[in-house]
Amino acid sequence: MNIVEMHTDVLVVGGGTSGPMAAVKAKERNPKLKVMLLEKANVKRSGAISMGMDGLNNAVIPGHATPEQYTREITVANDGIVNQATVYAYASNSFKTIQELDRWGVKFEKDETGDYAVRKVHHIGTYVLPMPEGHHMKKVLYRQLKRARVEVTNRVVATRVLMDNKGQVAGLLGFDCRTGDFVVVRAKAVILCCGAAGRIGLPTSGYLFGTYENPTNAGDGYSMAFHAGAELSNLECFQINPLIKDYNGPACAYVTGPFGGYTANAKGDRFIECDYWSGQMMQEFYNELQSGNGPVFLKLDHLAEETIQTIEHILHTNERPSRGRFHEGRSTNYRSRMIEMHISEIGFCSGHSASGVYVNEKAETTVPGLYAAGDMANVPHNYMLGAFTYGWFAGTNAADYCAQHEGGGVDQSRIDAEVQRVSAPLGRSGGLPPSQVEYKLRRMVNDYLQPPKATRKMSLALERFAEIADDINHMSAENPHELMRAMEVQVIHDCARMAAHASLFREESRWGLYHNRVDFQARNDAEWFTHCHLRKDGEDGMQSFKKPVEPYLFPLDENEKTAYQRLRVVTPAQSA
Amino acid sequence: MPLAMSRTSVPVTVDDEKCIAHKGCTVCVDVCPLDVLAIDMLKGKAYMKFDECWYCMPCEQDCPTGAVRVDIPYLLR
Repeated sequence: MNIVEMHTDVLVVGGGTSGPMAAVKAKERNPKLKVMLLEKANVKRSGAISMGMDGLNNAVIPGHATPEQYTREITVANDGIVNQATVYAYASNSFKTIQELDRWGVKFEKDETGDYAVRKVHHIGTYVLPMPEGHHMKKVLYRQLKRARVEVTNRVVATRVLMDNKGQVAGLLGFDCRTGDFVVVRAKAVILCCGAAGRIGLPTSGYLFGTYENPTNAGDGYSMAFHAGAELSNLECFQINPLIKDYNGPACAYVTGPFGGYTANAKGDRFIECDYWSGQMMQEFYNELQSGNGPVFLKLDHLAEETIQTIEHILHTNERPSRGRFHEGRSTNYRSRMIEMHISEIGFCSGHSASGVYVNEKAETTVPGLYAAGDMANVPHNYMLGAFTYGWFAGTNAADYCAQHEGGGVDQSRIDAEVQRVSAPLGRSGGLPPSQVEYKLRRMVNDYLQPPKATRKMSLALERFAEIADDINHMSAENPHELMRAMEVQVIHDCARMAAHASLFREESRWGLYHNRVDFQARNDAEWFTHCHLRKDGEDGMQSFKKPVEPYLFPLDENEKTAYQRLRVVTPAQSA
Repeated sequence: MPLAMSRTSVPVTVDDEKCIAHKGCTVCVDVCPLDVLAIDMLKGKAYMKFDECWYCMPCEQDCPTGAVRVDIPYLLR
């Protein structure tokens, strides 16, 4: 492999949502620094919001919600296992981020007085702000990157964080998925903004790329943080979402809810009080799906023509615009038919649930010089606005870190070893195709790790994954593109192992369906009211351990604590 | 290890009449998050080289001549 070497001060990996914000804010904080944004695809259309977003799910706007109330609600929705300081840091800066995005040209829905038109979707508070014209999001971000003179490097796949001899970050290693060049970027600080781990499970369609998450987000950030020695937090709190069956995109009760749409069973009846995605909601969804009242639908057919047209405009031009085409193919017209829903494959994501790389309220991981933001960083239920806000924190703090730190020496053997690992599939001929290894690996994930989780199934999963580790050493790649897929298989393999390992460690059930362990049915606060962290142990091992939940900034009252456990609609007793 | 070639129906199709790749346009190839499109150098037209599609649509939306069409992949349709 030809080796290309680059130098910068702050390196941001991932140009989706939090990445561009981190890069712009690092440059703003200290214009003398060199800031590079490295992207696996092209920053113009990369990441979870490549086609924009239809709204903010967690806007904390003065007059509608308070940071304190939001922090309490997320604590409750997450069964108490949160570092409130990180959630509160988001909540108290959320409005500042909205105002900044507004200045940049993002269009939010406002009422006739010019106030933000916030809607209620959560169980308790009001935080949803529609963005009917949100399809322009990536253009707005791109303009800011150019204005701030951030150096952009597209089509480079990051594979490992480069560490110096003092155990701090020294840069990043990867390769160009078009030329096949090996890339070494020397940097003082690295900010990982690599999105969710969206390719652990296999969609029911069997199509490898028909995932809920943008499939470029294979879990690269989780794997890189793990190999750098960082701690990962509560990975057993999987991401599982209620989606349009087969299409696997959001059915969007968040968008349709404020217009009168709701999740219903086969009889057209409401069965959950609140459509906000939580583990408890997913458990009720799963129960209904499995019951005689299943499957589950999104119900819009009772709404007025104008309302349906508005919903169609939002849903068919934003986030996943091909959904209109999907419905057309199935002859599903919102006016006359309910939309069949199903649950997604498993993944890791802190944007939607709480499985991520541990970060504190400064976006620092446990490795000096390594920061993380967005879906991969553990700030529960952070969504897009949380990604922007933590991207901002990460950019600012990484810039300050650079001013205070001098890098140590780097052992050339670390780079040589990675060149060896990455180039290996190109050197083999006639080996296993990455697509087949990936299919088998992800099918095993579905068979053994999709909740409800059983102990024996998960230990069998680890046996199968160990066999697949051997297959990975026999994969071949015919070109740099296929090499990218081969490297992604290794990332998925790391994530699948972490998913099983973390799930086996927590011997209780929590977060509804996300961690429903059939052989430890009850929630056990006496022993498991704690974070569970996971880190690398030796060359190939993993270690899980408990980490106490930080003292609450805002203690919950007893009634509040159980609010998310009462999501099922109470059926009134039939009169005789 | 012996390998077979399998036929597959691809979700992204390009209208050769409208495609201006021969004039140097690479918009659809540039914007694809999964890098699955390429230019056929002999024909001077864009095509789907790898069946690894998220049906996300930047290729169709950003094409200056409306030559690209994204269908839902057959397995999901």
